[in-house]
Amino acid sequence: MSERHRREWIYKLCTYGAIVGLFAFFLQVQNQADEYQIRILNVSAVFVTLAVSYNLINGVAGQFSLGPNAFMAVGAYTTALLTLSPAEKELSFIIEPIIWPLSVLHLPFLPSLLIGGAFAALLGFIMAFPVFRVRGDYLAIVTLGFGEVIRVVANNVQSITNGPLGLKGLSEYTNLWWSWGVAVFTVFCVTRLVKSSFGRAMQAIREDEVAAAAMGINVFRHKMLAFVVHAFFAGMAGGLMAHLITTISPTLFSFFLTFNLLVIIVIGGLGSMTGSIIAAIIITHAGEWLRAVEEPMAIGPFNIPGIPGMRMVVFSIMLILVMIFARQGLMGRREFSWKWFCGFLKIGKRRG
Amino acid sequence: MDLSLFLQQLLNGISLGSLYALIAIGYTMVYGIIRLINFAHGDILMVSTYFAYFGISVYALPWWLSVVMAILLTALLGILIDLGAYRPVRHAPRISALITAIGVSFLLENLGLVVFGGRPKAFYRPDFLDKTYELGGVRVFSLSIWVPLVTALLLALVFLLLYRTRVGAAMRAVAKDMEMVQLMGIDVNRVISLTFAVGSALAAAGGIMWAMKYPQINPLMGIIPGLKAFVAAVIGGIGNIHGAVLGGLLLGITEILLVAFLPSLAGYRDAFAFILLILILLFRPTGLAGKDTIG
Repeated sequence: MSERHRREWIYKLCTYGAIVGLFAFFLQVQNQADEYQIRILNVSAVFVTLAVSYNLINGVAGQFSLGPNAFMAVGAYTTALLTLSPAEKELSFIIEPIIWPLSVLHLPFLPSLLIGGAFAALLGFIMAFPVFRVRGDYLAIVTLGFGEVIRVVANNVQSITNGPLGLKGLSEYTNLWWSWGVAVFTVFCVTRLVKSSFGRAMQAIREDEVAAAAMGINVFRHKMLAFVVHAFFAGMAGGLMAHLITTISPTLFSFFLTFNLLVIIVIGGLGSMTGSIIAAIIITHAGEWLRAVEEPMAIGPFNIPGIPGMRMVVFSIMLILVMIFARQGLMGRREFSWKWFCGFLKIGKRRG
Repeated sequence: MDLSLFLQQLLNGISLGSLYALIAIGYTMVYGIIRLINFAHGDILMVSTYFAYFGISVYALPWWLSVVMAILLTALLGILIDLGAYRPVRHAPRISALITAIGVSFLLENLGLVVFGGRPKAFYRPDFLDKTYELGGVRVFSLSIWVPLVTALLLALVFLLLYRTRVGAAMRAVAKDMEMVQLMGIDVNRVISLTFAVGSALAAAGGIMWAMKYPQINPLMGIIPGLKAFVAAVIGGIGNIHGAVLGGLLLGITEILLVAFLPSLAGYRDAFAFILLILILLFRPTGLAGKDTIG
């Protein structure tokens, strides 16, 4: 075995080791941490899934979509409607009864989650035809428009979505295993995709669409691939989120959600999966810390009233500042690799 | 179809449409000059209504004075946003500028929530706008007549500015070829700032009329008019002022008529604009009036 092969083999081993380590850590956490900490970890995982998949379309393929909330909504509703038992559904649909096939369907969590992702992917497939006829900022607006349309539809087709009342009383299936399992799976799939010839083609399209087309890349098909993969994982993340907070309604899937994701991938670095993962975890935690600012505090004799909404002010300013001063974000387009890591720690260097 | 009802709804549509048109002009002027979708446009509109609200209800100024001051302050706000957020990213990739604009939009909305509070506030409506006339069976709300009139007046002013003044000529020139204009010794940054000022002032006028129409304001009120006016600008062909007016009227009238005569679809009202947008971009990507720079 050559030196290079040996090294690659070691790196691979390190990756698996790290994943095992991560889940061993969760085993500890689940026994010791309180519910609140576990919840933050779960939310982090959902946002890692979302950010990594969102970065695929926005950062890698360079197609600036503003519609992940649409896919999350579809995934969340599909998953929730499948996991709710027929009796529960009958109870919550008080304005209009639920339509037939949905009223009797009842599936376990995993198949529901996958079907949720598949429906989101299907929507992505259908959307791709009109959406990718335009580019740049028009693309942004059209995807934003689709997000709004989905929300309005969810508000209005009461016999499927229960309208503005939403779906309540979902079982809290999402735990650390599911959320981080899906997150790791997403990172694995997306990084493999980025490193494949498909990913290279997507990057070529990002850099110069005309040149990529001239080199024989089917531009539309690669954009669509990125979009559909993004939709699938965003849909799964939506399902996870639904079964984490156990209540969903159309207002949950507003543009606000997309904005949060945008902050994450921009701060992490458009095009860097490592950056997205780090930023997703940091922003989720920062959001919780900043919650303190929004609540009234007493420092000594002074009572400082809480400032609700301050979190989003901070995030918006951060987004603007990053755009003005550090457009690369945390990682630019660089990725974590064991080779870099070893170099950083100065280990395993050849002597002499 | 009942003719008087139709006329009444048509008037409502024109009234709503002229508001869209006023707001859309701001989008279209900015896009025409620096190719930036000013996401924060709707939120600038929201801030303007709070300026007016503070003038009227808090400082008890005469309403017309408050409105004039609100419009001037909003123009200033437009300039400040351009200086603080957009100028630093002017030569960055266009997507970076768009992200900055989204950031500004969320900043204004959430600052609004922090500073003004989330509870809607009642907005003052002068008496002469609060009357209902009956003309041959057509019930007419006086605000619905005044809105298109004010819009027409402001439009005339915009066209005067663009076609009869040196600054207007500079604006049109910057829209055509920014680098060349720079070589001719025109301060491009000043022209752009002025464009933001004019656009924001028009948004303020539109926003204040919008607020008088409903009559209440809240920090998130700018989102829907902002998005719809943007759609109107695209329908008319973005960068084209005539197009923005056409698109605004078209959107307003179809929206009102749709809701009035197909009430079962009323819930989809907010989705309608986007469906129209998607269709327009698919079949006529440069808009109805075609691609043109300002003018």
